[in-house]
Amino acid sequence: MRRLTRFAGGVTLLTKFPSALWGENTERGDTMGFANKRLPSLLLALALAVIAAGNAAAKELIVGVSWANFQEERWKTDEAAMKEVLKRHGARYIGADAQSSNEKQISDIESLITRGATALIVLAWDSGAIGPAVAKAEAEGIPVVGYDRLIEKPGVFYLTFDNKEVGRIQAREVFKVQPKGNYVFIKGYAQDPNADFLHSGQLEVLKPAIDKGDIKIVGEQYTDGWRPENAQLNMEQILTANDNKVDAVVASNDGTAGGVVAALTAQGMEGIPVSGQDGDHAALNRVARGLQTVSVWKDARALGNAAARIAVALAKGTKPGKIAGAIKWSGGPKGVTLDAILLKPVPITRDNLEIVIKAGWVSKKVVCQGVTKNPPTACR
Amino acid sequence: MSGERGTPATEEGAFSRLVQTTGIDTRTLAMVAALIIIWMVLNALTGGIFLSARNLYNLTVQSCVVGIMATGMVLVITARHIDLSVGSVLGFTGMIIAYLQVELFTLGAAWNWPLTIVAGLALGALIGLWQGYWIAYRAVPAFVVTLAGLLMFRGAAFLVTDGRTVAPMDPTYQLLGGGIDGSIGANASWILGAVAVAMVILISLSARAKRRSFGFPVKPMWAEIGLIVIYSGLILGFVMLMNSYYKPRTEIPRGIPVPALILIVVVLVMTLLSRITKFGRYVFAMGGNPEAAELSGIDVKKVTVMIFVVMGILSAIAAVITTARLNAGANSMGMLSELSVIAAAVIGGTSLAGGVGTIAGAILGAVIMQSLENGMVLLGVSSPARQILIGLVLIAAVWFDATFRRKG
Repeated sequence: MRRLTRFAGGVTLLTKFPSALWGENTERGDTMGFANKRLPSLLLALALAVIAAGNAAAKELIVGVSWANFQEERWKTDEAAMKEVLKRHGARYIGADAQSSNEKQISDIESLITRGATALIVLAWDSGAIGPAVAKAEAEGIPVVGYDRLIEKPGVFYLTFDNKEVGRIQAREVFKVQPKGNYVFIKGYAQDPNADFLHSGQLEVLKPAIDKGDIKIVGEQYTDGWRPENAQLNMEQILTANDNKVDAVVASNDGTAGGVVAALTAQGMEGIPVSGQDGDHAALNRVARGLQTVSVWKDARALGNAAARIAVALAKGTKPGKIAGAIKWSGGPKGVTLDAILLKPVPITRDNLEIVIKAGWVSKKVVCQGVTKNPPTACR
Repeated sequence: MSGERGTPATEEGAFSRLVQTTGIDTRTLAMVAALIIIWMVLNALTGGIFLSARNLYNLTVQSCVVGIMATGMVLVITARHIDLSVGSVLGFTGMIIAYLQVELFTLGAAWNWPLTIVAGLALGALIGLWQGYWIAYRAVPAFVVTLAGLLMFRGAAFLVTDGRTVAPMDPTYQLLGGGIDGSIGANASWILGAVAVAMVILISLSARAKRRSFGFPVKPMWAEIGLIVIYSGLILGFVMLMNSYYKPRTEIPRGIPVPALILIVVVLVMTLLSRITKFGRYVFAMGGNPEAAELSGIDVKKVTVMIFVVMGILSAIAAVITTARLNAGANSMGMLSELSVIAAAVIGGTSLAGGVGTIAGAILGAVIMQSLENGMVLLGVSSPARQILIGLVLIAAVWFDATFRRKG
């Protein structure tokens, strides 16, 4: 009977907590007394024990990864690649997703440091705003790898696919098919520095033709959040504004390319050259069908593998300049010199779809789905 | 207020007398005026492109998603709640529909896409049930529950395919999103237009007869006929506009786009729901005075759950249109759209204090919001500048409305 009463008391205590949260008064003074007096110190002792245990284990290799926004399709692949290499080196992986928020990314990085990270890989949501968090890591002597997106602080190792080269490839492939005419730029997210790197690469390739007058830019818009729906609406409006007199679209990634193709299809214009990047499965299918000209493939696995390898080397004490394959790079807007590795992106067009299929990136079934007339070599 | 024959002889009297005899809501009039002003300005700035048949057709399709969700938001806000999760619910139900259609079921089978739509709507209803339960029966504030929903269902949307975009959708399903074949053609549009005009006449005359039979004063015949003519003109004008937009490189008129048909059906159902059914009356009663509603025997909890179930279903319908239009399921679909939906409802006259709101107003609000976005992209305004302008117009519209509410 006593046990039952105490159980009931415990349950009542538990049920009182929610109402305490919502501001109702509780009559049970002494039960709240326990919560007010003894519980906090108990919790504090528990927390200190956990931290002590954490610090004791800190000598192990722990690589913390701060993601910007896991919702974009490709990052899952990068994560898997990192984990694979880290496991091989006996290092532990801890990660956090900033969900497109600068503030959250800063607190994510702080939490990764607290959890004992001996090296950090940071995919910055906004490379300008990430400064304070990176400074904190550097103050604690934790090396930072800037992953895919530029973090222009001296001392940060920059690992990326050459994004300007990606832009150049996109423009080059579209230009091959359509050397003259009206061009539209569907750019990336204005706050992502990669959007401007891509665009500068695209402009570099097209500039001679633009200056000559062969190419006319009839529409240009950033795409909020890189979201396909936004790209679709922007493309729709640009088509309206130009009465469909558009001959080619340089889209900065596969998601936006999907939106562009949807808008073109609604006007019966599908098939005009459209570029993209990331090697999204849906995009590779579009390339096979002839709806998209190129998807610049950055094997995210290669990037993830390299990042893990570099992070482990830095954590073990290797100097950034001494990492195998590192070069000195200063192509950022502030001109800061960084140790960097720039991987080479691969353009995937109709003619070389086998590359992604053979590499195990995507299955032939998915790439060739629905391809009926005029199949590319990879689908025959 | 409608049908009274007041005779003030002041200068202002003429207009307010007209308003009183015709029974037109001054607030709606003010909003329509705002819409016309915005359209005129955008048309002038774009050199006539904004009011072209093509752009208005596109504008119609672009407004459908927010419009559909806004009709449900009216009920939610009227009942003194809020739903912040609509965008995430759209994303999640859309991803499930896309996943089922493309990866689980056989793509192209005739039973495939209808089944996925049913599944999506059922899921939307279930989510509404879940959220409604916590709000009604567990007294957790709607703000908190739907904020949690915003986070949870966006996460869930990602987890469906681990972030992968799923495409392309079934070709017949794509028609539901508009697109090159996604409209009903000229003849069907004219038939629908004629039916709508017939209904307007029927409803006006039967309402008039009913008022007479109860001995209420009725509008003068000229006012009655005038209103019928205006509404019919608007309906037929809309049909004519949709028929003036041809399929590319042909002389085939497109007619009313399928998403617009879906929107029209939703608006009709929601208007009937809010005006004629007991459920609708209960919602407005609860919003106007919750204690009195409860004391007069309304099952407030059950009605609250129903409101969120309806909202969930509407979000799922919006997801169908979004995935069909984009021809893909992307996990970021609907992100931030809850803000546009709430803005549309509020611009349309739904008071955030509860108890007041109209479905038609919400549609007007959605069209106003979408017109701004549409026009500014036509002008090539950059997206950050667009955000600032739309925010300013939102404040102006609601201030405008509040002023009119005080006067009228």
